[in-house]
Amino acid sequence: MKERQLVIVGGGPAGMAAALAARGAGVSDVLLLERDQHLGGILNQCIHPGFGLHHFKEELTGPEYADRFAARVRGDAGIEVSLRSFAVRLTPDRRVSFLRPGALEEVKAGAVILATGCRERTREMIPIPGSRPAGVYPAGLAQKMVNMEGWIPGREAVVVGSGDIGLIMARRMALEGVKVKAVIEIQKTSRGLVRNVVQCLEDFGIPLYLGHKVARITGRDRVEGVDVVKVDERFAEVPGSAFSLACDTVLVSVGLIPENELLEMAGGEIDRRTNAPVAPEVNLTSVPGVFACGNACKVYDLADWVTRDSELAGRLAAEYLGVSPA
Amino acid sequence: MKRLMTCIECPQGCRLEVEADGTRLISVTGYKCKRGQAYARQETEAPSRTLTTSVLTRGLELKMLPVRTSKPIPREKLFAAMEAVKRIVVTSPVKAGSVIAPDFLGLGVDLVACRRLEKA
Repeated sequence: MKERQLVIVGGGPAGMAAALAARGAGVSDVLLLERDQHLGGILNQCIHPGFGLHHFKEELTGPEYADRFAARVRGDAGIEVSLRSFAVRLTPDRRVSFLRPGALEEVKAGAVILATGCRERTREMIPIPGSRPAGVYPAGLAQKMVNMEGWIPGREAVVVGSGDIGLIMARRMALEGVKVKAVIEIQKTSRGLVRNVVQCLEDFGIPLYLGHKVARITGRDRVEGVDVVKVDERFAEVPGSAFSLACDTVLVSVGLIPENELLEMAGGEIDRRTNAPVAPEVNLTSVPGVFACGNACKVYDLADWVTRDSELAGRLAAEYLGVSPA
Repeated sequence: MKRLMTCIECPQGCRLEVEADGTRLISVTGYKCKRGQAYARQETEAPSRTLTTSVLTRGLELKMLPVRTSKPIPREKLFAAMEAVKRIVVTSPVKAGSVIAPDFLGLGVDLVACRRLEKA
């Protein structure tokens, strides 16, 4: 079996920052696994600005932010990037198995950094009652469809949840000519950044219903509408407050869940509520020599902080390997 | 006339109290940096936004190329800009910053690529 000094799973902002920092801290051999055909992870579909204000002191879009790290990663002879490579197994003694086109490979790693990011919470996890028609999408999936594939998911949309992805998608859909009827938020305040409420909703005259929830999705084959109802402090429905909105598309933006199946396979302890690794400090896991960084470790609201903390993960891995800068 | 405004220059989202006479700024308080002060003036005189969107490609490694305006454009031009963007197809490899449409819509800004894209 091949031995590698450091294996990093995930080529998004976390994995790239960890790889570069590990190199800077003296790690000479890094294998970076990325399941997609490109480095950059979720940044590739986050085409809006708002990235890099802290790290680069200028405002960049997601792809621009990713591009700067990807260029450095590609230019570093000590980092082998393996694209279209999907890690399927991790053992407690740090053997990593991954699929790449035409092959299943296994490597023994001195240290492992899991930079696997998050999945989206779905309609079934809130849950929203009603029928099961086509036209209900997690907001991040819709973001990938619109920004990377050029598919517009519908003509009239309602966004459930006011997290940043939901707000940004409300604007994105409005710009693409979709009539965005409303953003529905069960809490009394928006979960997203205030600037996104201003520039994504107010700019486009999209109403934000705080303290409301979607009581039901209607429609047989395709979404035909949603029933919205006001809720009180205990999230109970307020009688007589219900109204309907006609739409053919519902985007669900109700949070993210760290993706930590590999850590689980290796016997690492995971918080059942948040799906994050149980550890005394950021980037650590309960498995020696296995680190987790970026959204796999905890859900971040800014990529800049992912970069900062993931660089620390790279240095922690170097320390574990007992190497120091050349 | 006094109005409350939320600065959108960075994720801090400072609450600004802005006093203006129509489109003439008189005073602004509540900002934590110079950008907030400049934002209040710009937002009062002529609101502007950076447009980010994707354009179709042909023969390149991704189906869509993310693009942005090199500087903010007047907010009321956003939809006209989207119409113009839909007529663009990028066929040559680009780097981040490559100009896709110079002097876009005659607004004095360029439409630029946000990432590297090679031939498929």
